[in-house]
Amino acid sequence: MFRNQYDTDVTTWSPAGRLFQVEYAMEAVKQGSAAIGLRSKTHVVLACVNKANSELSSHQKKIFKVDDHIGVAIAGLTADGRVLSRYMRSECINYSYTYESPLPVGRLVVHLADKAQVCTQRSWKRPYGVGLLVGGLDESGAHLYYNCPSGNYFEYQAFAIGSRSQAAKTY
Amino acid sequence: MTKQHANWSPYDNNGGSCVAIAGADYCVIAADTRMSTGYNILTREYSKISQLAEKSVMASSGFQADVKALQKVLSARHLIYQHQHNKQMSCPAMAQLLSNTLYYKRFFPYYSFNVLGGLDSEGKGCVFTYDAVGSYERVGYSSQGSGSTLIMPFLDNQLKSPSPLLLPAQDAVTPLSETEAVDLVKTVFASATERDIYTGDKLEIVILNASGIRREYMELRKD
Repeated sequence: MFRNQYDTDVTTWSPAGRLFQVEYAMEAVKQGSAAIGLRSKTHVVLACVNKANSELSSHQKKIFKVDDHIGVAIAGLTADGRVLSRYMRSECINYSYTYESPLPVGRLVVHLADKAQVCTQRSWKRPYGVGLLVGGLDESGAHLYYNCPSGNYFEYQAFAIGSRSQAAKTY
Repeated sequence: MTKQHANWSPYDNNGGSCVAIAGADYCVIAADTRMSTGYNILTREYSKISQLAEKSVMASSGFQADVKALQKVLSARHLIYQHQHNKQMSCPAMAQLLSNTLYYKRFFPYYSFNVLGGLDSEGKGCVFTYDAVGSYERVGYSSQGSGSTLIMPFLDNQLKSPSPLLLPAQDAVTPLSETEAVDLVKTVFASATERDIYTGDKLEIVILNASGIRREYMELRKD
């Protein structure tokens, strides 16, 4: 209730030091259907619940191959997720083109996070409404990262996002 | 005052010859492995052949730095295609992409003389031949590079159908078997090596057919 005065655009702080538009974007992730990821020393596994709009429609595609060594699972606004996957693919292709080697996963998530951050500091943009579980292998081993709409990212051993993901997290 | 001209050129010619022959259900793509500059040899073991997609193989002679850049651009574009379409590019599609990529640099061309070989969507062999700025044509066989003036007339003699005026229109594909085509390629390069100083050292042959891709090598004269 108190939030309503300060939540009109993303460039307005609340008195408590919060950006409500960004928090609302994170809500969108929580409302999306679940995605989980876990990793071992040598493998990363991503899994999703794929919803279908109706009995007759196809299921949503929520896992994307980004490069031979990186995949991403999304939860939230899948359209935003598709666009970000395309961005990730082009980053990987450009890196391979210049350096003739695969883009380290940690670098990719930083690029993603910086891109998300831009949308939290421009009045004419809105934050991406999608959480991404980025899993990949590079020279330093297997990695699993979670990228938020806020521009934050964290590395995880295992994580779950989306609706009813708490059950997975508890497990 | 007369116009000043540059005292350097962005291009160099690294020599070499390429050939491709299309068969009913196979395609043979071959190139020598000598890389030279002027009258010097840079290396005897440089591959001019690159597999762009599952059923598309390109051989290019000319300026190898431009060839390498061209191969990288096409590989990256193919990766994008695979992400978007969930399948490999067909050889005719790759042929068009190569043409467009070359014309994109119409006013600072890739100094690359290409011959693209592969299997079309029906599994038949196809060969596409190009100039440096992307003009291309589907043919039954072709050669490019420093030895092409020696090789092409010989291929015409062996593979070209008699004048279309005498016979009904021919398929653009040779009636030779795969082994015969490979032997023809070996013969052709052995002869070209005799007279073209930029061709020699080793011959790399790539054969594409329904079972996949195969590579063969043959020694050539090293002088």
